[in-house]
Amino acid sequence: MRTPWQLRVPAAVAAAFLVLPLVALLFRVPWLHLPDLFREPIVGEALRLSLLCATIAALLAAVTGIPLAWLLARSTGRLTGLVRALVTVPLVLPPVVGGVALLSAFGRRGLLGKPIDVVFGFSLPFTPFGVIVAETFVALPFLVLTVEGAFRTLDDGYAEAAATLGASPWFAFRRVVLPMMAPALLAGTVLAWARALGEFGATITFAGNSPGRTQTMPLAVYLAMERDPDAASALSLVMLVVCVVVLALLRGRWLTTGSAA
Amino acid sequence: MGAAPSDAADPVALDARVEVVHQGARPFALQAHVAAGPGEVVAVLGPNGAGKTTLLRAIAGLTPLSGGRIRLGDRTLDDPALGTWVVPEQRRLGVVFQDHRLFPTMSVRENVAFPARARGMRHGAALANADAQLAHFGLTEIADRRPARISGGQAQRVALVRALASKPDLLLLDEPLAALDAQRRDTTRAELRAFVSAFAGPALLVTHDPLDALLLAGRIVVIEAGRVTQDADPATIARRPATAYVARLAGLNHYRGRVSRGGIELDGGGRLVAVDLPAPSSSGSREVLIALAPSAITVHTTRPDHGSARNVWAGRVRGIQQIADRARLDVAGPPDALVDVTPAAILDLGLTPGSAVWLSAKATEVTAYTAE
Repeated sequence: MRTPWQLRVPAAVAAAFLVLPLVALLFRVPWLHLPDLFREPIVGEALRLSLLCATIAALLAAVTGIPLAWLLARSTGRLTGLVRALVTVPLVLPPVVGGVALLSAFGRRGLLGKPIDVVFGFSLPFTPFGVIVAETFVALPFLVLTVEGAFRTLDDGYAEAAATLGASPWFAFRRVVLPMMAPALLAGTVLAWARALGEFGATITFAGNSPGRTQTMPLAVYLAMERDPDAASALSLVMLVVCVVVLALLRGRWLTTGSAA
Repeated sequence: MGAAPSDAADPVALDARVEVVHQGARPFALQAHVAAGPGEVVAVLGPNGAGKTTLLRAIAGLTPLSGGRIRLGDRTLDDPALGTWVVPEQRRLGVVFQDHRLFPTMSVRENVAFPARARGMRHGAALANADAQLAHFGLTEIADRRPARISGGQAQRVALVRALASKPDLLLLDEPLAALDAQRRDTTRAELRAFVSAFAGPALLVTHDPLDALLLAGRIVVIEAGRVTQDADPATIARRPATAYVARLAGLNHYRGRVSRGGIELDGGGRLVAVDLPAPSSSGSREVLIALAPSAITVHTTRPDHGSARNVWAGRVRGIQQIADRARLDVAGPPDALVDVTPAAILDLGLTPGSAVWLSAKATEVTAYTAE
């Protein structure tokens, strides 16, 4: 079928709308001052903190989210639907509200935070651990929903065959299901990682904005925008490059649809 | 259960009384008794949706029983009345699925090594074992390939080798030849026969293809609409079908009737004479089934008043169909009959749909038997 122009025009608008701002960013970057800007310790610190926290958050989301997605994909019943709906809430919730919710749970005077503070003398908010918690909270639903969709497409037959061959459900999951799902699991984890890397609202609310400790790249960009727009564009460029590089590395191997054996 | 874990266990027998009931939008009930002795190959034959695969899944432990009991040797695998349930991975059975279900992320070698790995054997030892098994069945050449890179016939053999690699007490085969094209079926069927006859335990073969059942099995259990309608050796199935479905598979005309005045009055109208009438059953009923081969019926355009055929009746041709090198007439009676003639006879007799004909059959060709 030929593509009607009624579809081509809005499609072109959408593509241009997504690409244009990124191109504009490249024009705005003060290329000559770039080396000086990058020499500022705050940039390196923010970048390092961002990458570290986003990676840990994505791994935490994967380790807990993949099992949750598996259970949601395989069980039916009212409780399953309720859990799925609850998991989706943080996805649509404004991240700032998520930060406030996290404070009510894990803050020094929060539901869980208070007993933890009393017993261990430790409090999550306004620490790098708080950054990780905030990012995991926002990234986890992304991972669960994408991975659950992938699990649903998996034919039960392979796990059944594994069982008849003497495999326990745990062995079958590790040796048959996980390898078959690897591309989808990695794609889901990368999405969660990207979401965590860009997290702003929940992080600033729950973990604050202290340079070198809880100030991630998005927070640094936002602050820089007020006093030094050039620095903001430079920092934005760094994030853009990091994201594009990660996507490009994974694309050929994993993120293509179909079998990637 | 007190089963000995030794590999060299004596061959055991299967005794499965399977009741599975599904409620819901498409209610379904299966109630079937299937038994198979050591070394016996039993085919479960039936139309699609009859419950064959459900039966196999229940025995494999993939579908729980609603009632009945499954025993394998002295082990009870499933008995809902007693609350006994053995998980699939501990049933020690080998299943070859219709779609083979080879793990796509593993090589052929790793697939065959999987049962040993699942039971805790070390990686290297399991792979060495798998290599020996693949060599034994002449599959060494494809050991390193992924399942996506081998043919359907090869996948079928690998699935069988993998199922046997777990040293099962029982072999279950679900439509093992259905995924193959007609050409490969014949050679693969011969291979399968060799494989299965070498297996010491009982083997259950689920199929909707009567040829597979006749050529591979020593006994055939026919399942229709969730019930066993016939359980007999292939020769009996082929000559004395219990139901219209089996008769159609065996390529026979099939009638139901009752004995009276030296002949058989057919339920659908008409009367046939047979040489041997079965003795009255214990209940005194004289109901009988009749099988009559389409090739045993002769077609005439006028009433045959000479000849030895004691069964003569009039009919009208409803349809003509070519089957291999023969023409098959569908003739309305009573009784209705399928009649095989040569294509030349069609021309010689000038037969077309609507032609009035006379049919005749010798009494010696009419097989009358009691319903089991």
